[in-house]
Amino acid sequence: MDFASTLPAAAFWLFAAITVLSGLMVISSRNPVHSVLWLILAFFSAAGLFVLMGAEFLAMLLVIVYVGAVAVLFLFVVMMLDINFVELRQGFLQYLPIGALIGLILLAELVTLGTAWTFGSDISLNAASPAPAIEQVENTRALGSVIYTDYIFIFQTAGLILLVAMIGAIVLTHRDRVGVKRQNIGKQNARRPEDAYELVDVEVGKGVPMPTKKG
Amino acid sequence: MTIGLGHYLTVAAILFVFGIFGIFLNRKNVIIILMSVELMLLAVNINLVAFSTHLNDLVGQVFAMFVLTVAAAEAAIGLAILVVYFRSRGSIAVEDINQMKG
Repeated sequence: MDFASTLPAAAFWLFAAITVLSGLMVISSRNPVHSVLWLILAFFSAAGLFVLMGAEFLAMLLVIVYVGAVAVLFLFVVMMLDINFVELRQGFLQYLPIGALIGLILLAELVTLGTAWTFGSDISLNAASPAPAIEQVENTRALGSVIYTDYIFIFQTAGLILLVAMIGAIVLTHRDRVGVKRQNIGKQNARRPEDAYELVDVEVGKGVPMPTKKG
Repeated sequence: MTIGLGHYLTVAAILFVFGIFGIFLNRKNVIIILMSVELMLLAVNINLVAFSTHLNDLVGQVFAMFVLTVAAAEAAIGLAILVVYFRSRGSIAVEDINQMKG
């Protein structure tokens, strides 16, 4: 057993252990800020698993989209909302037995399902778009040649979903504040000199009367 | 020991169960529930990529990318609703949310 063959296995066990442990810490840590940080660690190590599987583009996408955008969004919301988290943790252990029971049953079912079946002998003939050899075409280029040809409409739909999400988030969180002074360009341009000031002929020995306010 | 498809599927299964377990544990905290949903979607993505590379079929990775897109949109909308809800009620307790119905 040489070093080169044990290294991928060791990397798998490392990334898998970190992913699972940080997933556990996400749901069990007391402070939601710590939860978000554990979530970031889980995403990073899952990206490591993706690299081990040979999906480099998705690994980078996971780091950029999840760690760079989604987790930071979570972090902003957790830190900006002034929430009493102690109050929210009441009844934390109330659902622990039933949750653990359901979780164990589900895990047993999933692992049973995952180990109890095998692939057919010629299953790879069914591939909708077979991946080319990694020595000839790298993962990103191969993915691009599939996305922009066969799946172009689904790709555009994904963009549309993101647009709808963006508009929805802006519409939901935007609010009109009262009492805020803003520049009104139309009002500025409609202003005329005769509205702004008037010439008063001051006679000698008399004061200036109070100006009459116009419009 | 070679690492095969079953190892990745097991990791994904454990992560998925943790996501469901998190929803059960943190019944009152919407932020943790949203994070649990993200964990479950990550487990689904691991499954998709594992099958994709094992069967040498790129469509699994394409689909994982779309799952990623929808998950990002869902997180943005969910957090926006959360912010609006917090502004109007001053709390994010889940059991009060049914008061939102008109």
